Amino acid sequence: METFWFIALTFMLIMYVVLDGFDLGAGIIHLIAAKSDEDRRTILKSIGPVWDGNEVWLIAAGGLLYFAFPKLYASSFSGFYLPLIMVLWLLMLRGIGIELRGHIDNKMWKSFWDVVFSGASILLAIFLGAALGNVVRGVPLNAEGYFFEPLWTTFTVVPQSGILDWFTVLMGLVALFTLTVHGANYVALKTENKVQEKAQTISKNAAWLVILTSVLALIATNLVRPQIWVNYSSNPLGFLFIFVALSGAVGIIYFRVKVNDLLAFLSSAAFIAAMGAATAFALYPIVLPASTDPNFSLTIYNTAAGEYGLKIGLVWWTIGITLAIGYFSFLFYFFRGKVNLKTEEY
Amino acid sequence: MEDALIIDRLQFAFTIMFHYLFPQLTMGLSLIIVVLKIIALKTGNDLYNQSARFWAKIFAVNFAMGVVTGIPMEFQFGTNWAKFSVFAGGVIGQTLAMEGLFAFFLESSFLGLFLFGEKRLGQIGHLISAILVFTGSWLSGFFIIVTNAWMQHPVGFTTDASGVVQLASFWELLTNPWAGWQYAHNMLGSVVTASFVVSAVGAFYLLSKKGEDYGRIFLKVGVMVGLVASILVAFPTGDKQGQNVAKYQPVTLAAMEGLFETKDGAELVLIGQPDMAKLKIDNPIHIPHLLSFLTYYRWKAEVKGLDAFPREDWPDNIPLLYYSYHIMVGLGTIFIAIMAVAVFLLWRKQLFSANWLLWIIMLSFPFPYLANTTGWMTAELGRQPWLVYGLLRTADGISPTVSAGNALFTLLGFMGMYTLLGLLFLFLVFREINHGPSRTVST
Ligand code: HDD
Ligand code: HEM
Ligand code: HEM
Repeated sequence: METFWFIALTFMLIMYVVLDGFDLGAGIIHLIAAKSDEDRRTILKSIGPVWDGNEVWLIAAGGLLYFAFPKLYASSFSGFYLPLIMVLWLLMLRGIGIELRGHIDNKMWKSFWDVVFSGASILLAIFLGAALGNVVRGVPLNAEGYFFEPLWTTFTVVPQSGILDWFTVLMGLVALFTLTVHGANYVALKTENKVQEKAQTISKNAAWLVILTSVLALIATNLVRPQIWVNYSSNPLGFLFIFVALSGAVGIIYFRVKVNDLLAFLSSAAFIAAMGAATAFALYPIVLPASTDPNFSLTIYNTAAGEYGLKIGLVWWTIGITLAIGYFSFLFYFFRGKVNLKTEEY
Repeated sequence: MEDALIIDRLQFAFTIMFHYLFPQLTMGLSLIIVVLKIIALKTGNDLYNQSARFWAKIFAVNFAMGVVTGIPMEFQFGTNWAKFSVFAGGVIGQTLAMEGLFAFFLESSFLGLFLFGEKRLGQIGHLISAILVFTGSWLSGFFIIVTNAWMQHPVGFTTDASGVVQLASFWELLTNPWAGWQYAHNMLGSVVTASFVVSAVGAFYLLSKKGEDYGRIFLKVGVMVGLVASILVAFPTGDKQGQNVAKYQPVTLAAMEGLFETKDGAELVLIGQPDMAKLKIDNPIHIPHLLSFLTYYRWKAEVKGLDAFPREDWPDNIPLLYYSYHIMVGLGTIFIAIMAVAVFLLWRKQLFSANWLLWIIMLSFPFPYLANTTGWMTAELGRQPWLVYGLLRTADGISPTVSAGNALFTLLGFMGMYTLLGLLFLFLVFREINHGPSRTVST
């Protein structure tokens, strides 16, 4: 039962990163890929109808976390207090940036929101990576299962670490570059002419940075948390994820060279999804490792909600997620094809 | 520890009150947009379609604000109320997770279609997406109210070995006797807000002599919906809510009504100031026996006053609770009066030229917001000192590791951020209203 919800949660988080990942990525490249107002409107329009829905995956994943693993929700959200609230502020600024930019036809107004949108997207990408880094590295949990991390201490990986140390910053960079590629692939797919070419170039250059930082991160993870291989040796199924991730990485480069935007986008999506799955596989059944005493680690077993509730959830979750996937398929199908600025806007 | 508690509470109160300014319009307005679309489809009058498009624009800005201020709400249970989350997650995790899955996905997906897809969807498709947006927002209200109702009146749970509650009956959770009336009352409250806003904009167009065609449509639809909703919000839903409070939280009722002593045939205080040192109402204006009647439908019934309960179970801010409740009810009465006069004049075909009333309607749109906010303050202050009524004290719910200093930092941050958001919102919406609905679609 707990394992099912662990998988469901991982699934929703991966959906979030893959989907919101491309609109974050579009934000990251927004200022570089598009210089004229028309081009910037094109980028915004490519994510206009979907970004809010994409973000709902995060909210719904948060809800699921609360439902299935209340203790994990409580401990991690209060422990990561400051960065989490800052993430919320960034999400807010970014959201209103997207929505409000077009309401007034004034250059200063627009440039202001362009910078807000792009800056918030960049910081969010780094924060997402750093968050994952924290989970992999472990946090100073006490015997009651709570902790509190300041933003940074000395930037070294010590038991009393901060949210940001060299390891988590490295993970943040991996996320930044990966989402840059992913977003650039999306923008290339949805646009034409100048913007498309610009996005293709960005994607190509950033792809090498992804590979470089990923290799570094892998080595670093080995140093920080050598235990991650335990699950792989006991169950070789996990290598499947690694294989998919590698193929994704190869695909990103290959299809970029071949100028196939759709397959390049799908490759970056596969890369992200498989990296996420591989990490979750490595952690299982631990969901928040303790850097203090391994016995304090939070696992899916000591954080789960009661049996009856989890069973009931099975019913509605299956219905709900099927509906959600249905809406999304319809939405993306409906808004398929290149963005055209001339079609209606509200 | 004490300091952290106060700051956590202030932060929650501030952020939720700000958040709720937006969903109340979303929920009510989505209904009115559906009504406008249906009239347009039935009569073929394109002015109604254009009106729907105009309100959709306002809706979009309002919705974006609701979304961005809603996200922190969901996370704050974990950040500031960790102990509460551990305690209650086994039960209310259900409804909160369902809200995300069933309501937010629906709402956000179809809003994209509604806003960006009118031509390609065709009119019927566009109406359907409007209906789905409406359904999504009302479902969202439902799940959040069920959550809140469980905190007011916990049902369907067991306490497990570690002292936390777990769900025992999903059905009981959804059919909580507190939730039904609360949901109805709350949703009607949001329809009141939307109908006042729509009428106020209509009145503005008539008074300023621009877009008068639209002004008449807005007023007509606004005041009719408004009258129905204003009546229903008071009776039966408000009345039934009061009876639920009397039944399940008698101490709250006593505090809301400012009833310090237990009495047969208790009076209803209309105006007066609670004096917490002497434990009485100063300068009271009251109607004898009415409270007994409203609560139990018997003029002589005994109503328990605050003196019947131990002081540690009294809500901790009785004057504020008392004023909040009286403001809500007072405004509710005035709303019925305004809307009744407006509908009467509409029927006599005099509304559109009754400038004095148009001025009143135009200026009254902030008050439903006030009524909704004070209504929630009544509910939430009245629940004190409990976080989950009878089970968990508010002081035992906060995060153990978040210091007062950190919480104050984020509280100040939220205040700054929301000031900015609020100003931007007002600026854009007033601008949009000033442009009027006849402006052709721009890119
Ligand atoms: C436009 C808004 C509005 C108006 C005009 C009214 N209310 Fe209200 N009321 C609300 C909006 C609201 C609310 C914001 O929706 C609340 C807060 C919690 C809830 O579920 O609904 C609420 C709560 C609420 C409660 C519950 C308090 C608690 O839980 O402790 C009672 C007893 C009433 N109302 C009674 C009334 C009566 C008798 C009214 C007569 C005129 C009235 N309300 C008008
Ligand atoms: C729009 C609707 C709401 C408003 C305006 C509102 C208002 C408030 C206010 C004013 C407080 C502070 C009370 C105090 O400090 O004494 C509060 C506290 C709180 N409310 Fe609500 N509330 C709303 C909805 C909800 C809902 C739906 C939930 C639960 C799902 C909820 C849960 C809480 C919690 C956990 C606290 C903190 C503990 C406390 O101080 O009571 N509220 N709310
Ligand atoms: C503590 C309680 C609350 C939490 C945790 C919460 C959470 C959220 C979240 C996360 C969103 C954004 C959804 C999106 O991205 O589409 C949202 C929006 C919304 N919320 Fe709340 N909310 C709370 C209180 C309320 C209350 C009391 C109501 C109404 C009864 C309400 C109704 C809505 C609606 C209708 C929306 C859609 C967006 C909008 O209307 O502007 N919420 N809320």
